[in-house]
Amino acid sequence: MRSLLGVLSIFGSLLTGFALLFLLPVLTGLLYGEIASLRGFVAGAAICVAAGLLLRLATRPYRYDLRPRDAYLLITVSWLAIGAVAAVPLLIDLPGLSFTRAYFEAMSGLSTTGATQLSGLDTLPHSINIWRHSLSWVGGMGIIVLAVAILPLLGVGGMQLYRAGAPGTVKDAKLAPRITETARALGAVYVGLTAACAVALWAAGMGLFDAICHAFSTLALGGFSTHDANIAYFHSPLIELVLMIFMLIAAVNFATHFIALRKGDLQVYRRDPEARWMLLLILGSCVLVAAFIDIRHVYPDFFVSLRYAAFSVISMATDSGFVSANYGVWPTFVPLWLLFLSCLCACTGSTGGGIKMFRSLILFKQSLREMFTLVHPQAITPLKIAGQAVPNGVVYSVLAFIFLYFMTIAVLTFALLISGLDFMSALSGIVACINNAGPGLNLVGPSSNYSTLNDFQSWVCIAGMFLGRVEIITVAVLFTPTFWRK
Amino acid sequence: MKILILGAGQVGRTAAYHLSREPANEVTVVDTNEDVLRDLQDRLDVRAVAGNGAYPAVLETAGIADTDILVALTNSDEINIVACEIAHTLWRTPTKIARIRAPEYTSREQLFTENALAVDVWISPEQLVTEYIARLLSYPGALQVVDFADGRVQLVGVRTRRDGLLVGRELRALREHLPDTEARVAAIYRNERLVPASGDTVIEEDDEIFFVAASDDLRRVLAELRRSEDPVRRLVIAGGGNIGLRLARTLEKSNQVKLIERDAQRARRISEILENTIVLNGDAADEELLVEENIDSADVFAALTNSEEANVLSAMLAKRLGARRVMALINRPSYGQLMENHSLDIVISPQTITIGTLLAHVRRGDVVRVHSLRRGAAEAIEAVVHGTHSRSRVVGRALEQIELPQGASIVAIVRGDRVIMAHHDTTIEAEDHVILFLSDRRHIDAVSRLFQSES
Repeated sequence: MRSLLGVLSIFGSLLTGFALLFLLPVLTGLLYGEIASLRGFVAGAAICVAAGLLLRLATRPYRYDLRPRDAYLLITVSWLAIGAVAAVPLLIDLPGLSFTRAYFEAMSGLSTTGATQLSGLDTLPHSINIWRHSLSWVGGMGIIVLAVAILPLLGVGGMQLYRAGAPGTVKDAKLAPRITETARALGAVYVGLTAACAVALWAAGMGLFDAICHAFSTLALGGFSTHDANIAYFHSPLIELVLMIFMLIAAVNFATHFIALRKGDLQVYRRDPEARWMLLLILGSCVLVAAFIDIRHVYPDFFVSLRYAAFSVISMATDSGFVSANYGVWPTFVPLWLLFLSCLCACTGSTGGGIKMFRSLILFKQSLREMFTLVHPQAITPLKIAGQAVPNGVVYSVLAFIFLYFMTIAVLTFALLISGLDFMSALSGIVACINNAGPGLNLVGPSSNYSTLNDFQSWVCIAGMFLGRVEIITVAVLFTPTFWRK
Repeated sequence: MKILILGAGQVGRTAAYHLSREPANEVTVVDTNEDVLRDLQDRLDVRAVAGNGAYPAVLETAGIADTDILVALTNSDEINIVACEIAHTLWRTPTKIARIRAPEYTSREQLFTENALAVDVWISPEQLVTEYIARLLSYPGALQVVDFADGRVQLVGVRTRRDGLLVGRELRALREHLPDTEARVAAIYRNERLVPASGDTVIEEDDEIFFVAASDDLRRVLAELRRSEDPVRRLVIAGGGNIGLRLARTLEKSNQVKLIERDAQRARRISEILENTIVLNGDAADEELLVEENIDSADVFAALTNSEEANVLSAMLAKRLGARRVMALINRPSYGQLMENHSLDIVISPQTITIGTLLAHVRRGDVVRVHSLRRGAAEAIEAVVHGTHSRSRVVGRALEQIELPQGASIVAIVRGDRVIMAHHDTTIEAEDHVILFLSDRRHIDAVSRLFQSES
């Protein structure tokens, strides 16, 4: 109980800080003269400040430094509760929206999934749209800090490999001696790249408001748009190109960005095996898919095929979920391949989701190692990534993670099937949610959205988005008896 | 010459042995282990001092004040470096040689320049042995390959086989077979005895022949003496010690290398360092392991563990199981004599390889390189000639006019970049690098004196 109170105390501070984010939609609303739709934001901010201060006061005697294991509780409580307060403005300002749908939208933003149940995005007040996008953006920032600074310390799912000073992949990833400084450095890179993306989009012909919103959801690899038609609305190859470049940038470990920036050396990317393999797989898939749909005559000429194929591949593989063409109607191979890529491509420490490239690499190499050992039973074969041996403990952690990952997909898919959803929609929806990609197939495909889901189905998807975002084990550990034992 | 050796380990003892049997030298050995010293004193004519060789007081007792050469060969790089520093600072000892094994030091060249560490010459036995084996492997068929004049000339030892083109013919046929090739036979050993070599000497099967050739011509001459063999592709190394590890690292890019190491922990460590080598944890004398790893298709099996008995046994086993050529690391000269040519193809003696570097600094005259051959019985020397016709006994004279001691012969001369094979009428000039072959190293003093200019 003591640890729960301590966690609540820290969460109180977090909540008070989160109130600042409400300034952005309020200012936007004032700028565009949408005074009426500001009630919700003011109320939300008030709740945050009040609840935050109250929690801090009430738990004052229990305020103490967190033990590492308290972080699991803190991450879970914060993510879920902030989702709730983030839903407040939507609930108040969009009459007729149920709490389930408001919470779905908020969690979809915070988890950078980008799935939406709202339609008529084009006519929503600007304040609501910027709110959705800034939730994505803050969620992305949170996940980067979590993945670079906190999860490695906890060693979730093999992430101990990225622990500063530990032998492993990114040995020189020790960005700063303290977590707060590391967080600040990563935040600076994130903010800088977002600004660059916004400017590039604006230069490519987007309106300023759209440019800022889309820059938010691009760097977060969210996939929210201010338009129902998503990116297809713009009909601009240039905008698509800018988005593709920034999606790839956002899918690379931000620690790598930071090091490359500090050293002023692009070689850093080449030495990061995750970035290398991700790019290889994505570029290979672009060519493959473009050639495939060209042969199937989906589009009249190859360059149109290449344009839409490349955008769809990059968008899904990096788990953004922007849509520039309805690939749901392309031959089945393509949408399923895109869904498959969404599972394994994104790098650790990026805003992308899924298994992550480093786990894919470890498992692939482990399989090779198993086969090698069959031929040379007495051979000693360390599993190496970037020339560094990976301890066996990490391999086991990764295996456990993968098992939990697939079991979660299976259980949640069955839950949707029980509720009566068709198989393709159920499976693709869950995979897209757990990878924080966004669009699935069929009912939840790229041309439609999640609005056809009923309340139960929505909560199942919310669970998928949340679990996928915090790497499953972080939450699963709370359900083990040992965690609560004194 | 007064020589002070620190450390009576394997290399230290061999150095003491080789240096003390040259009458001109006065050798003192320092070690912390008194038993080893007592044993050493019983067998060699050396002075022994017990104590830590890095302590000034111990060095003083050992007579550092008038020592000409300090040779620090303890098993600690740091002690060796400190000893050299102290000798330099307190006594200005003229020449300081240290064994430094860690590449962490030796890879930084600035450390060994003037005004840096007081180490004049560093030697790393492991590195020397590794380079030696790597060179051997690049000339399949050779027993021994040593460099002179920065690799411009090489001396090669080889055992003839019936399938060599020259076998059964007179030596002068070599010139007819290879008219454009510069090569000269330095010595022929038949049944362990030196055979005087002249144009009409007939080469027989199983002769051990030493010849010099310019590096580019080496392979062609080798083919005359035994049918050229396929280059080494598949290599099995037994023993993942310093030498085994270094060798695997040098060769793993260009060859298929397997390395067998008995200690599981060590095997794990080296498997993390090596990239393409297959590291096997097991006993190199385990027949099943060798068969399972296709020893019968291995081009070379190299037994390089710390135990020479294990090396001999595993190499013999590998030979019987079908490895094409086997080599073993053997320290004791007597073992080497026993095994080479009978059960093993090549015996590698770390001492003979290492000692040459030391000997070069001990010799009088401007001797730049010494290679020990035939387990220390013979020697090849590279010396620089100085002086003028009047002051030197060699400058300006044709080879036939130079009085060399018995068993010594000048085999080649390097003048600038040019390699000249020795003929009876070749004239020596100042600053020539002369390469000599000495079948009997007892005459070494007479030879070095010959090359000293009389001032």
